[in-house]
Amino acid sequence: MDVPGLYNYWIVVVLMMIGFYVVIAQGNLVKKIFGLNIFQVGVFVFYISMGKVDGGTAPILEEGFKVYTNPIPSVLILTAIVVGIATMALGLALVVRIREAYGTIEEDEIEKQEGEVP
Amino acid sequence: MISVHLPVLQVVVPLMAAPTCMILRNGKAAWVLALVITWAAFAVALSLLLQVIHGGPISYAIGGWAAPWGIEYRVDMLNAFVLVIVTSIGALVVPFARASVEREVASDRIYLFYTMYLLCLAGLLGITITGDAFNLFVFLEISSLSSYVLISLGRDRRALTASFRYLIMGTIGATFYIIGVGMMYMATGTLNMADLAARLPAMADSRTVHMALAFLTVGISLKLALFPLHLWLPNAYAFAPTAVTVFLAATATKVAVYVMIRIVYTVFGGPAIFEQVPIDKVLMGLGMLSMIGASLVAVFQDNVKRLLAYSSLSQIGYMILGLSLANVNGLAGGIVHIFNHAMMKGALFMAMGCIFYRVGSVQIDALAGLGRRMPFTMAGVVVGGLSLVGAPLTVGFVSKWYLIQGALDRGLWPVALVILVSGLLALVYVWRIVEAAYFRPSPDGASEIQEAPLSMLIPLGVLSVTCIVFGIDATATMDVAFAAARALIGGAP
Repeated sequence: MDVPGLYNYWIVVVLMMIGFYVVIAQGNLVKKIFGLNIFQVGVFVFYISMGKVDGGTAPILEEGFKVYTNPIPSVLILTAIVVGIATMALGLALVVRIREAYGTIEEDEIEKQEGEVP
Repeated sequence: MISVHLPVLQVVVPLMAAPTCMILRNGKAAWVLALVITWAAFAVALSLLLQVIHGGPISYAIGGWAAPWGIEYRVDMLNAFVLVIVTSIGALVVPFARASVEREVASDRIYLFYTMYLLCLAGLLGITITGDAFNLFVFLEISSLSSYVLISLGRDRRALTASFRYLIMGTIGATFYIIGVGMMYMATGTLNMADLAARLPAMADSRTVHMALAFLTVGISLKLALFPLHLWLPNAYAFAPTAVTVFLAATATKVAVYVMIRIVYTVFGGPAIFEQVPIDKVLMGLGMLSMIGASLVAVFQDNVKRLLAYSSLSQIGYMILGLSLANVNGLAGGIVHIFNHAMMKGALFMAMGCIFYRVGSVQIDALAGLGRRMPFTMAGVVVGGLSLVGAPLTVGFVSKWYLIQGALDRGLWPVALVILVSGLLALVYVWRIVEAAYFRPSPDGASEIQEAPLSMLIPLGVLSVTCIVFGIDATATMDVAFAAARALIGGAP
């Protein structure tokens, strides 16, 4: 297996695992959102790597260039980035509302408060 | 002339109406607009279903760009049926929502409620109608983001944490979905579902394709709340405004089940892929665990909305079981259960909305004596409850009948037994509600509680009557479900 040649896929895996771990392990709601974002960035890098053609240039018609990188994955990921920003904004807005309602953004303290009221 | 463009109008009309609600900045005006738009969407869905029944599948190229380069909207028997389910619930919830939302949502946020509602509807319709795997992701996020907002509109502060939890798990699910789509694109170089279906079987033994299917299955399972990925659902349903719960319980998870059927059967070529990846066995096991486990938990719930949420989880198990049986009877049973469960759970949650409107609580103790005070509402609960149990002459019986036949066709009699046991557990939790409402005396001072307003009772009545009509004569729904199931299984190469 050509590990150095596929290094960007290894970065993808590492980024996704870091993000996923942060989402699961962190009790702080803001950190959870950032973990989610790192997880998504991993996927963005995955798509962009997949579209790259060795020695290819940007897909613009020009004299002397015959090999082009596939632009579709990059375009798809532009959409996904927009979705990711919307998710992050909504998530952070929810955190603000949660802080107003509970006075904390730590998951265990929120659960303690929820346990008290029936 | 305009009928050619119906597939795109189905999605674009609610999508454009949502920001219009935002501009109106007025709860009443937004309600009228939502009412008109949802009923128009229902009419469009019905005419699409009729077109498909008479003329076969419809393909619509967005912007005139031919598939597979452009985005294709493709309507066949299966998704025409799901479109009718989603839009019919969407149209019935709006008249119900008027009184219910005024009671449960702050008055300055009512127009935002209808904005998000229409956006969510547009997203769900888009998921259903699109024939493009990546376009599906975009619509999935449109519907998810708006449903997070809808859930957080609940008055109880626990609605906020429920919404946050759903946001985290829903986003992970959607991200898993795009990883799967990315792997399919790596292997085939296309995103169009019909094109994928033509190319994937040839490379069914490739590791990339197996991983793609695995990621897609996990991602969609998160969205449809299959055990053990269901943790977001009970609180989200329990603390959201009731109109939202009705809508999401009857449509959102159903659409996710549709996506699962579409991906497994249409894109990956149905039963053939199960020999490569034993995904049917995994889904069958998890489906049965949901059916039994969630019903058991439901028996011990004191908040009736939470109880019904757990019951939804077990009913989703039935649909996934139908999918995993991989024969025409089982799959048709699963597909028709999408419709049947939408009707019965819609009726039950609407009845909870009526009770909350008058009593201000949906704890099981608060239901004491309501059988006499709110006879029509409780009649709706009884019809919906009997359908959950699967009593004859209700829709629940029809879907269970075909699921059991599907199981027996494969010689899996323990599966048939699990279906019966889960039905008995449903009887236990439905009985708890009925017992409180009819056999307990009303608490003192409850005499001023009267029947809910007509605007809430009529949608509830329509859904309850549907539960019985299609339970007595299921030819219409079963014909569509069988045609869809045959196309899915027979269409596989």
